[in-house]
Amino acid sequence: MKKTPILSVQGLNVKFSLRGKTLHAIRDVSLDLYKGETLAIVGESGSGKSVLTKTFMGLMDTNGWIDSGSIWYEGKDLAQYKTEKEWLAIRGKEIAMVLQDPMTSLNPLKTIGAQIIEALKLHQHLEGPAAHQRMIETLMDVGIPDPERRAKQYPHEFSGGMRQRVVIAIAIACKPKILICDEPTTALDVTIQAQILHLIRELVRKYDLTTVYITHDLGVVANVADRVAVMYAGDIIEIGESREVFYDARHPYTWALLSSLPQLGVKGEDLFSIKGTPPNLFLEIKGDAFAPRNPHALKIDFEERPPFFDVSPTHKARTWLLDPRAPKVDPPQILQRLRKGEGV
Amino acid sequence: MSEKKELLLSVKDMKVNFGSRRKPFHAVRGVSFDIYKGETFGLVGESGSGKTTIGRAIIRIYEMAGGEVIFKGQKINGKISKELDKEVTRKMQMIFQDPMASLNERAKVDYIVSEGLYNVEKHLTKEQRKEKVDAALSDVGLLPEFASRFPHEFSGGQRQRIGIARALIMQPEFIVADEPISALDVSIRAQVLNLLSELQKKRGLTYLFISHDLSVMRFICDRIAVIHKGLLMELADTETLFRHPLHPYTKALLSAVPMPSPDHRQDGPPLVYDESVHDYSQDQPVWCEIEPGHFVLGNQAELDAYRKIIGEE
Repeated sequence: MKKTPILSVQGLNVKFSLRGKTLHAIRDVSLDLYKGETLAIVGESGSGKSVLTKTFMGLMDTNGWIDSGSIWYEGKDLAQYKTEKEWLAIRGKEIAMVLQDPMTSLNPLKTIGAQIIEALKLHQHLEGPAAHQRMIETLMDVGIPDPERRAKQYPHEFSGGMRQRVVIAIAIACKPKILICDEPTTALDVTIQAQILHLIRELVRKYDLTTVYITHDLGVVANVADRVAVMYAGDIIEIGESREVFYDARHPYTWALLSSLPQLGVKGEDLFSIKGTPPNLFLEIKGDAFAPRNPHALKIDFEERPPFFDVSPTHKARTWLLDPRAPKVDPPQILQRLRKGEGV
Repeated sequence: MSEKKELLLSVKDMKVNFGSRRKPFHAVRGVSFDIYKGETFGLVGESGSGKTTIGRAIIRIYEMAGGEVIFKGQKINGKISKELDKEVTRKMQMIFQDPMASLNERAKVDYIVSEGLYNVEKHLTKEQRKEKVDAALSDVGLLPEFASRFPHEFSGGQRQRIGIARALIMQPEFIVADEPISALDVSIRAQVLNLLSELQKKRGLTYLFISHDLSVMRFICDRIAVIHKGLLMELADTETLFRHPLHPYTKALLSAVPMPSPDHRQDGPPLVYDESVHDYSQDQPVWCEIEPGHFVLGNQAELDAYRKIIGEE
């Protein structure tokens, strides 16, 4: 794949004001999103994965703000955008989003046809028969049978999986360049999940989309992602190609996350679990945010934030363990089972 | 599992209907299975399959339209004596899915955990009750001083522990865990799973574990029953079910689980279960033990085909 960044985040800091205190949600994150790739961002709740992608679309809650840094997209710095008018040129048109819960992301009072046409009108200035035709086309693209009839129905007449297809139809109707999927299948059954993932994969090919998946489900990640970014406490701590992160992880947090997969558990024995809790983002974080929970933490982990160390040209991790002076620590044994596909 | 299995709970031809009597919706359409003492029995299915309904009917939240539930040799559904009712209430407890929704926001942890005792152990003094609450909290890895706090002061994992403590304080023998970890993050999920199996070892608990997450089920369950549209499709011990699924629905379900390994991707279109593969016009399907401990639903022709598959392996 030729790598041209389509979106480039540089030194992004996002803060929220909550109950008179300031929460540092995104801490100095830099990230390039390459054209045509599928990037998965994994992390636990509160790691900042959703907030990060919301800044690409100006969808942050009103008590949050970009403190510093830039988001470059086609020569423009999205971090400087202030008004809704500016955002409307991006949101939906260039960058579209599929949210977790199809029950709440559709308007229950409008037919689904009308909801797709609404987007087409706004962004593509399509009206009348042209809009109708594009709407039917989109519904066919997302695999909704009998689109003429279904377009006249309301969201409550659709099942969860079908509803998520409608949400995807709205997202792709205006042919965006970037599609952000925020936990698109978390609310769905596994069999429906498999269908939706397959659908998104096909649409990515057909529309030449660049995709960002946000999820905590590592199974989904392994199935869709070209590259994986692992977030912890508002920071990307490891990023690399999918195989590199799954089979050759370097950050102790990534190790811990992978080790706690139930697929790697041995029956009758305890499943690996990460001790402690994630850091309080209201407080200033010194050094490596994972250090207090990290059994391999070095002294420096508590003092200085580790830089990114390159593992390969495409793989880097923020851990002092990769410093040449650090003691050698081997990744947990059980992670080798992932490569063999054991227990899965 | 050892050969000598002691029967704890037996569900016989359970039927549950919702809606009006004239036009009922059949949520559970005749389900039978046994649960043995000390095991973790899994019930897996998609939303709307009836798995939660079965759990709730066992614990007597829902009334059954037919069939019976036998707990320790006694029938516990329908009309039962007051003493038996009390005993069953005590010995069967439930852990709920969403720890954010299942705890009373306006009550302190102390009350939430001890609420059950107010019904069955009225004679307890304040001190005795407090002692029990402290013990239950420390059993689930929480500090006794948490008793004076409100649920909103806790994280999701801690709240689920409170939910478990509430069940434990009754000294139950059988716990229905309805998606107890679905709402939790990966790392917290591992903690709660470990806690559940530790408690099982220590107290010889029996679990009915209801979930849609097959990878978790494989890790924690001894036996798994697959349910689809109110009927059991297949039941077997966990490894048999995962390695040699017979019913096409089980196969579709298992194939849909994404593996956390990029080299084992499912590229092509997913396997979809198509009910029309069964021809039940002439020959009704029956629930049959096709090999010891392995049950499957099928008509005679299908069962013969399954037997052949087993013979070849």
